Amino acid sequence: MSDNGTGPAGFLKEVVRRQYFWGVVAIVLLLLVNLTKDPSYLSIGWNDANGALVGNLVDILRAAAPIMMISIGMCLVIATSGIDLSVGSVMVIAGAVSMQFLAAAPNTFAGAMAALGLALLVSAVVGLVNGILVSVVGLQPFISTLIMMLAGRGIAKVITGGQNTSAVNDSFRWIANGYLFGLPVVFLLALAIVVLVGLLVRRSALGLMIEAIGMDPQAARLAGVNRRGLLLAVYSISGLLSGVAGVFATASVMTVDISRTGYQLEMDAILAVVIGGTSLAGGKFNLTGATVGALLIATLDKTVVFLGVSSSATPAFKAVVIVVLCLIQSDRVRQLLRSRRTTGSRPSRKEAVAA
Amino acid sequence: MSQSPIVEMKDISISFPGVKALDGVDFRLFPGEVHTLMGENGAGKSTLIKALTGVYRIDEGVISVDGDVVQFQGTADAQEAGVSTVYQEVNLCSNLSIGENVMLGHEVRGRFGVNWKATHEAATKTLRKLGLGHLDPRASLASISLAMQQLVAISRAMVTQARVLILDEPTSSLDSNEVEQLFSVMRQLRDEGVAILFVSHFLEQVYAISDRLTVLRNGQFVGEYATGELDQASLIGKMIGKEITALRSLDSQSAARGHRQDAETVYLARGLGRKGSIEPFDIELKRGEVVGLAGLLGSGRTELARLIYGADRPDSGDVEIHGHKVAVHTPAAGLRRRIAFSSENRRDEGIIRDLTVRENLVLGVQAKRGWARPLPRKQVDEIVDKYMVELGVRPSDPNRAMRNLSGGNQQKALLGRWLATKPDILILDEPTRGIDVGAKAEIQEQVLQLAAEGVAVIFISSELEEVVRLSDRIIVLKDHRMIAEVTNGPEVSAETIVKIIADHSTEQNAPVARAHKTKEVAL
Repeated sequence: MSDNGTGPAGFLKEVVRRQYFWGVVAIVLLLLVNLTKDPSYLSIGWNDANGALVGNLVDILRAAAPIMMISIGMCLVIATSGIDLSVGSVMVIAGAVSMQFLAAAPNTFAGAMAALGLALLVSAVVGLVNGILVSVVGLQPFISTLIMMLAGRGIAKVITGGQNTSAVNDSFRWIANGYLFGLPVVFLLALAIVVLVGLLVRRSALGLMIEAIGMDPQAARLAGVNRRGLLLAVYSISGLLSGVAGVFATASVMTVDISRTGYQLEMDAILAVVIGGTSLAGGKFNLTGATVGALLIATLDKTVVFLGVSSSATPAFKAVVIVVLCLIQSDRVRQLLRSRRTTGSRPSRKEAVAA
Repeated sequence: MSQSPIVEMKDISISFPGVKALDGVDFRLFPGEVHTLMGENGAGKSTLIKALTGVYRIDEGVISVDGDVVQFQGTADAQEAGVSTVYQEVNLCSNLSIGENVMLGHEVRGRFGVNWKATHEAATKTLRKLGLGHLDPRASLASISLAMQQLVAISRAMVTQARVLILDEPTSSLDSNEVEQLFSVMRQLRDEGVAILFVSHFLEQVYAISDRLTVLRNGQFVGEYATGELDQASLIGKMIGKEITALRSLDSQSAARGHRQDAETVYLARGLGRKGSIEPFDIELKRGEVVGLAGLLGSGRTELARLIYGADRPDSGDVEIHGHKVAVHTPAAGLRRRIAFSSENRRDEGIIRDLTVRENLVLGVQAKRGWARPLPRKQVDEIVDKYMVELGVRPSDPNRAMRNLSGGNQQKALLGRWLATKPDILILDEPTRGIDVGAKAEIQEQVLQLAAEGVAVIFISSELEEVVRLSDRIIVLKDHRMIAEVTNGPEVSAETIVKIIADHSTEQNAPVARAHKTKEVAL
């Protein structure tokens, strides 16, 4: 796209400048760390019984699928300079709806499809409610979705009657645990959805308009952009994708855990978006980056378990990795490093700009 | 008026990167006077106020309070010296009670912390002094009108023992009764010896309340006058920088264009208005004519334009476009009706700084088509090429971010965005403000060209000469109301417009108490 990439060196420069480049580097580093502990960490085997690849990498891909879903939804919402804190709760609602439905439905393909459709419909409606609160009622996105985050788990509890409902349906289970071409179906589905959403926003004018309202809502409104409609759409999409994530998460164990499913995943999604180079201030967004971010989060989760970091120290470990990553990405730190490298200490010239 | 000024600012200069905001300005404020700071937008009024309140550091010059030279490092220093400011937007805490707001930071303290009873009593005493005894200090601030809040803000300034009170456009959102109430409080404070610095765009109000005026223009000091000795026409002349004689010499040049009065009516509004924004007005736009809106800043020019486009929702009136009755309540609706509106606030309401020039150019067309029908790349290229060349946008690389362009080129690109939507009605609000002479001429030429092609153009500018030069008809506004409509001709000049504004006295709006009768100037 950009034309200052001349030759391989230019290309490399271009790649390094991408915000999510450091996300990729972090993933590689984490894998290397794991490799030093267990030289066979990256080895991938073949399981003849179900015709699937097996190995840690495959596990990471499978674990990344739900995070990818909520991350790209979150990415679109953040681009409008909003935020969706309810993604984790929508996941548990979708899980509750599908499990509750399947518990009573026959173990057939049609039953699985009906459960899927119902779960996604409910999720999209919850997203739409978020959108209405934000764009029609005019509440702040943080508050609106915080309400939904708190209410969501309650709604899920009502749906299952307070139980952690389990169900049996082989087709439904296949979504999360099946394999296609040796890869987990759940990852392939997630990837397909990412590509689909990417095409939707970039091939239509949706992406441009989302960026416009995220950067400058006033100017975008006067340019004729329908902010209300866009926000409704974006929050609905986020709800829908969270529903998909919820189905992924519950289908793997065929149980919805009211208190654990999707718990605190909104934080993972926000982190994935930020790691991917989308500013929380809104505007320019990067779905590829958000996907890389989601993969990093999944890798990190697996690494923590693999290294045997005690569960009480897990959040701290995660935090350290992410703080370092964000520091590397921040313009100010980069500038600091650069100026140290070139001229020793150059006085910061940004401060002098008028108040 | 006592002998020595309480505030004296001498030879004040303040520079921002690339601009000299104040250039050797003098200002004196005496105890017991209401002194109005006059000037068009960007003249340096607010910069001067911010220098006096310690928000900006001065580069050159001396500020003395009570004869002592002071150097304010921040607003706290200024308050310490007795300089208090009440801004246009009331900056009180609406979640606190009236009394708490009045006494904030000066609560009466007892042995067990704040003594709320005594605090509220003290608040009542202050309020009563300003004739606000009917207010319950325990009521929430949000429960009273904006005007009352403004008066509460002034009471608060009194608690801090302010000897200098700065009122920056306090009347812009008040109705005439509320203005009168504010003025009576101001007069009372003045009589007690408080020096009041007042800023307002309403000429009638300025004449009703102020004792003296200081006029600024382009960051420079024009003069200090006693209000009674300067009539409105001369004042306007000084603000816009043309002496009356100079104004007379400028002739209208549009007569030669000869717009046909029998052209088809594109747009017709009857009684269109919005409470608190602009009084109901009638307007008719014909194919291929340029209608200029003239009036001082804050006269309602922008508000009128916004109602036509649908940027604000009108609360009265009917609109017909091409003879069909329609409702234009949102910008998107305006765009669909082939109306385009280029805002005066280019930075915040016009361009989108972080998008590329290319994206900025097609945004209007794209919004009109809806998200689901993206413009094909070929068509985008066509639009971009066409308007980059036709309007001479430089640099010519459309993939640069808009923020990297100069003001003039941003304006041209913005014009391109609106032209690309193929409007029947094009509203340009201050399209030539803050851009260089060359770009200005190009935009003016473009306006005439568009009119020749059949677009009805509404042209708004603070520069009256420009309005007179380009317009077929001129609509004159004052104090948020349409006061006259002038068909342009050889005998019409900027001076004619100034005279209309100066002579029109909006009695029903203006507080009458000390109104100076506007003297007619022999022109």
